Amino acid sequence: MFKATVIVKRRQKILDPQGKAVEQGAKLLGFNNVKQTRIGKYIEFFVDTSDKILAENEVREYCEKLLSNPIMEDFDYALEEVK
Amino acid sequence: MKPKFGVVVFPGSNCDHDAYYSLKKVLGYKAEFLWHKEKELKESNIIILPGGFSYGDYLRTGAIARFSPIMDSVYKFAENGGVVIGICNGFQILLEIGLLPGIMMKNESLKFVCKDVYLNIENKENIFTKSIKQNILKIPIAHGDGNYFTDEKTLKELESNDQILFRYVSSNGKVNLESNPNGSFMNIAGIMNKKKNVMGLMPHPERCCNPLLGDTDGSLIFRSVAQHFLN
Repeated sequence: MFKATVIVKRRQKILDPQGKAVEQGAKLLGFNNVKQTRIGKYIEFFVDTSDKILAENEVREYCEKLLSNPIMEDFDYALEEVK
Repeated sequence: MKPKFGVVVFPGSNCDHDAYYSLKKVLGYKAEFLWHKEKELKESNIIILPGGFSYGDYLRTGAIARFSPIMDSVYKFAENGGVVIGICNGFQILLEIGLLPGIMMKNESLKFVCKDVYLNIENKENIFTKSIKQNILKIPIAHGDGNYFTDEKTLKELESNDQILFRYVSSNGKVNLESNPNGSFMNIAGIMNKKKNVMGLMPHPERCCNPLLGDTDGSLIFRSVAQHFLN
């Protein structure tokens, strides 16, 4: 079994209204050095197989088809074998 | 004294005009908008934090709005006994800023719920419901994050201090699962602080004040508060 952790981020050049709104909050709090806040998603799940290649393929496909929108988002993932 | 209502406007508020219209044009009270970047409460006697999606509800509902400049003044106003009513998103802001205890989670159904609900008035020893004769109000809700939650210790405090103001009930006043629209802990729809000058509720009383629109139970809450100042 593998534990997968995925981070989905907006592409750098695409506007992130959520990050912008949150940064306004940072300014209200006086964090004037805070710049370019961007918000993504953290997703974790398990893949129930002992075959690492199969697990990796499945994670990548899951990311491409559902967890991210390839037009505007990038994803990173990590796989870790667990007992 | 005729009371003056101050309606705070955040970026993303969308019930501010409903509140202003109901208070001023329907009920005939003094009312003024308060822009969130200002600090002046303009001699308001009652502050309304209206419904909507302040700052897009990003991070958590109310999480950014609570740091708006006007909220410093609202906080001090409330600490000094000033009357504050948070409606829907306004309730969520009151929770984030800590004027009321607890948190709001996503509705259990994961759906945005928009419908009339029945509320039981749990307590009439306060300015918000003191002059209301009936025990059950019919008021609409419209929210995605109305699932109130708090720990056991806080719940005990809420109960022992009579801070629970409204609970979702059936039309004949029964507290049950079917009448709970969002999974809220103990069917809680509205609470007050210990001093009972700050109140938050998920339903929208400002949406049912005008007899032309049918129900007017919402106006009873505003009338009760206003009565406190008129006396």
